[in-house]
Amino acid sequence: MQKVGVFVCWCGSNIAATVDVAAVAEAVRSEPGVVYSIDYQYMCSEGGQSAIKNAIQEHGLTGVVVCSCSPRMHENTFRKAAAAAGLNPYMVEIANIREQCSWIHKDMEEATQKAIILARTAIAKLHLNSPLVAGESEVVKRALVIGGGIAGIQTAQDIADCGFEVDIVERSPTIGGKMAQLDKTFPTLDCAACILTPKMVDAAAHEHIGLYTYSEVEEVSGFVGNFAVKIRQKARSVRGELCSGCGVCSGKCPSKKTPSEFDQGLSNRSAIYIPFAQAIPNVPVIDRDACIKFKTGKCGLCAKVCSAGAIDYEQQDEIVERRYGAIVVATGFKPIALERYGEYGYAHSPDVVTSLEFERLCNAAGPTKGKLLRPSDHKKPKTIVFIQCVGSRSDDGCGKTYCSKICCMYTAKHAMLVKEKYPDTEVYVFYIDVRTPGKNFDEFQRRAVEQYDVHYIKGMVGKVAEQNGHLRVQASDLLADRQIVIDADMVVLATAIEPDPTARSLGTMLTASMDQNDFFTEAHPKLRPVESPTAGVFLSGVCQGPKDIPETVAQAGAAAAKAVALLCKSKLLGNPCVAGSDSMLCNGCSYCESVCPYGAIDYVYKDIIEHGKKELRRVARVNDAVCQGCGACTVTCPSGAMDLKGFTTVQIMAEVDAICR
Amino acid sequence: MQRISELIRTRAGELLESGAADQILGWENGGLAYDPTPAFFTADNVAGLVYNSFCGINLSKYLIEKTKGKESGKVAALLKPCDTYSFNQLLCEHRIDRDKVYVVGVGCSGMLDVEKLKARGFKGIKGIDEKDGRLTVHTLYGDKSCPKREVLMERCISCKGGGHVACDEVVGEELTPDAAGNRFAGVEKLESLSPDDRFDFWRGELSRCIRCNACRNACPACSCNKCVFDNSRSGMAAKANSDDFEQNMFHIIRAFHVAGRCTDCGECSRVCPQGIPLHLLNRKLIKDVNELYGDYQAGAAPDSRSPLISYTQGDAEPDVIYERGGAR
Amino acid sequence: MPVKDENKADFRPLIVAFCCNWCSYAGADLAGTSRLNYPADVKVIRVPCSCRVNPLFILRAFQRGADGVIIAGCHPGDCHYTSGNYYARRRMTLLFSMLDYLGIERERTRVEWISAAEGAKFAATMSEFTQAVTELGENKRLGDIRCKEYLNS
Repeated sequence: MQKVGVFVCWCGSNIAATVDVAAVAEAVRSEPGVVYSIDYQYMCSEGGQSAIKNAIQEHGLTGVVVCSCSPRMHENTFRKAAAAAGLNPYMVEIANIREQCSWIHKDMEEATQKAIILARTAIAKLHLNSPLVAGESEVVKRALVIGGGIAGIQTAQDIADCGFEVDIVERSPTIGGKMAQLDKTFPTLDCAACILTPKMVDAAAHEHIGLYTYSEVEEVSGFVGNFAVKIRQKARSVRGELCSGCGVCSGKCPSKKTPSEFDQGLSNRSAIYIPFAQAIPNVPVIDRDACIKFKTGKCGLCAKVCSAGAIDYEQQDEIVERRYGAIVVATGFKPIALERYGEYGYAHSPDVVTSLEFERLCNAAGPTKGKLLRPSDHKKPKTIVFIQCVGSRSDDGCGKTYCSKICCMYTAKHAMLVKEKYPDTEVYVFYIDVRTPGKNFDEFQRRAVEQYDVHYIKGMVGKVAEQNGHLRVQASDLLADRQIVIDADMVVLATAIEPDPTARSLGTMLTASMDQNDFFTEAHPKLRPVESPTAGVFLSGVCQGPKDIPETVAQAGAAAAKAVALLCKSKLLGNPCVAGSDSMLCNGCSYCESVCPYGAIDYVYKDIIEHGKKELRRVARVNDAVCQGCGACTVTCPSGAMDLKGFTTVQIMAEVDAICR
Repeated sequence: MQRISELIRTRAGELLESGAADQILGWENGGLAYDPTPAFFTADNVAGLVYNSFCGINLSKYLIEKTKGKESGKVAALLKPCDTYSFNQLLCEHRIDRDKVYVVGVGCSGMLDVEKLKARGFKGIKGIDEKDGRLTVHTLYGDKSCPKREVLMERCISCKGGGHVACDEVVGEELTPDAAGNRFAGVEKLESLSPDDRFDFWRGELSRCIRCNACRNACPACSCNKCVFDNSRSGMAAKANSDDFEQNMFHIIRAFHVAGRCTDCGECSRVCPQGIPLHLLNRKLIKDVNELYGDYQAGAAPDSRSPLISYTQGDAEPDVIYERGGAR
Repeated sequence: MPVKDENKADFRPLIVAFCCNWCSYAGADLAGTSRLNYPADVKVIRVPCSCRVNPLFILRAFQRGADGVIIAGCHPGDCHYTSGNYYARRRMTLLFSMLDYLGIERERTRVEWISAAEGAKFAATMSEFTQAVTELGENKRLGDIRCKEYLNS
């Protein structure tokens, strides 16, 4: 019989206000095996943990039940406390009487009754606990960063600076991401390219950073400390080691009708192209869908003019297999598609543009060489209307429910840039709220109103329609309580942002959880914002939630720190709650092997002695280092030979019995 | 039937003599005319090998023990078509060593249900002759006659077909019973009842169970080295009255344990001394699997994958039972 | 067997919820941190994955006196262990169909897919489910399917 100590936490008033903790401690005192039962204000505090350690030593406890907050919060804390007192850390069970009891229910009697039942359940389970010992596994001293934008670059640099190998895998032909497309950045109005390109160069030159551009992650297997990743290096049709980056090929390429992705479709590029002048690596790519040679077999001009002989039409995709200890996801974002926002006339008029398109129009390297010209007739716009919250904060089902966070600031930035270059332009901004929470953000936005005379109007725009070469904007001015009509020359939509479309399939590959908006979920929204609940996977940048560049860089550093903490370890303590098969009972039917997602089970021939007879039997064998403890094999096993430590069949049945008592 | 029996006996003798098999697994006469029992034959006693329309027993399960160990020789097993499905299923589960078995397929035109004969008043049965689908039953009280179709076992009425899905040779020709029943007729009938009536039906049936475990012992899928109901760590092993959980849920749990592995051989219902229609539980699961996840016959091939260890991303959600299943 | 109130108006059902550690249990915690309400009749058992839920746990819960059992797991495709909830989905579908076949009320069992971010869905599901089971009343049928006498008492 176990000697169980029960510790019921007040959690200040979080639990004690709705659950009579003393009554719970009293009620379980008479449970079989309970030799010690107290209530205490803050079990997770120094005092609380000492109470556990002292009780273990004074009363010779063989098991501990803590009735407190969710095990997802403090199971590890209490396990460590038990271990410090010499008790096996897996002889600790937690009854969740806060998140799943005191915080849910209002009636004290009901909540207390439920807490007692949950305590009894934990005690019943604990009676069947075994002192489990965690296995060890190695850590591969290399990190993978998926995504080569500012978040990925920053994370990779920080990890590499600590002395660890890092690989960046980037889908497009160059690193840089969305930040490379920007003109200036708020709140400093730094030139985006000027602050980004040195980082890009550093990343390429760093001895510990490997770049896989024009590549995608194809398959991920393994687990924390030991991920096996297949990377598909797509065929550029150019040999990177020979190319000198002279650019003659793209100059001579006769196919010049493909819309440039980098310029958001506002200009065209050639079939063989480098996305932008500062691209890293400075090696072009042939877009095989646009290339005349690939489509018809004729041309081949680039190969003829290439003095380095770097063009290789036969190049194939290559699969690279690498092992990593940690993976950081930094897949970034894209603006949403606007087909549900027909009222703004985006599809009908070239002069209605998204914010990112506007960014390209302002950029000196953009389609209009930095001159602000209407895409339709290349005339200078005299009146520009900016519309905020297009697709954000929307509960009509057309857009996103969340706030995209960066739009208020970049709209103020756009407005000021316009007024700076062309002071006689009338600039209107239609907003619902102006959100400027960062450092120097509010001052920045106020300059637009006070210094640059940008007209900020609180109200939503109902319709934008082309009329006589102008864009007629019909909107409400809520503070003046009237409808207004403005004839604008350009309308800029602050489009909502959403995670990059590759994120969902990547999430499935990594088994990293995502929310309904396809943002990666963090392990804890406040205390663990850069880690995925999946061990070994970290989050950096907008893939976790909308954020601006300062926050992205901060988070990138945090993710790097977490990854380095993992990579520093010489070995990892595994999860001991793994499956195991009793060879005496096993039939060798192979059902468990078929359902294991990790291939952790194989079959061996073993001599089994039963009833005095020796037999050679084919039995299942679980690899403890690979098993993740899901339990699929346990339920599939017809004979019940397979069981899951920490969640054994009899343990769960004991919990069921205790609840239904 | 007489003729086939002769052919089989001769062939068995040949196999033993040539050394192709060390033993024959077949049937010998029991105490009464209608209960042949499984037996192993060598050259000394092969003359006692019989094969008639009372040989309903599925012999594949005996091969599990018989092919274990290095010393065991080769067994020639007489398997009817439905027995070969169980044989394949056991091969899927690595329970039988295929190299140690020589499968002799025997044709079957349906096995007789002695209870149905007795229900007709045929008492003191001494023997049976068959011709053209008609039975002549020799009894102590004279000869009686009836169409074979009317006294077939439940499972033969919806025979899976006369083809042997695993065999090394067939003795005689392949046959099929003269009956074309809907395998799921019993299940559909129950599904059409109201939930209250269904519950009353099952309560009436399952409460008669005496936990003799004959169904488990006869079932080829129930061949675990140690059954869950005998394993103290499974949480549901207890004998008789000590734990009511196992008593109440035995049939449902067993049906679930064999789900996807049950070949619908009908042995469970045949051996139940209380006459509980256990096949109605197993066939319900088979019907559900067929309708939800595609037609599946366990044991059709020696390497098929049970639907319970497979999935597709578009599988039906559990609330599909609100639209189908039994009447409301 | 727990003593249940004979008066149907005061009947409080006993609901057992099996929640997978990664999604639905976290969703339950989120419901708590968001201070949402659902009835205290629901008691949660934590399992590593919905695939750990053996049909026999559900049968045991019913036989021991539970009135409703709900299994909550990750959305299909998002299972932390890749494929666990797919197996659970098939198994539970067949189990519920079998229970329906035996004449047990369909509303007593449910599977719901709840992610770690769906605290509100967790609370709403539990409230709805408890309400549905309350309306059905006490579970007598799976208490003792073999014994006629107990049921008529």
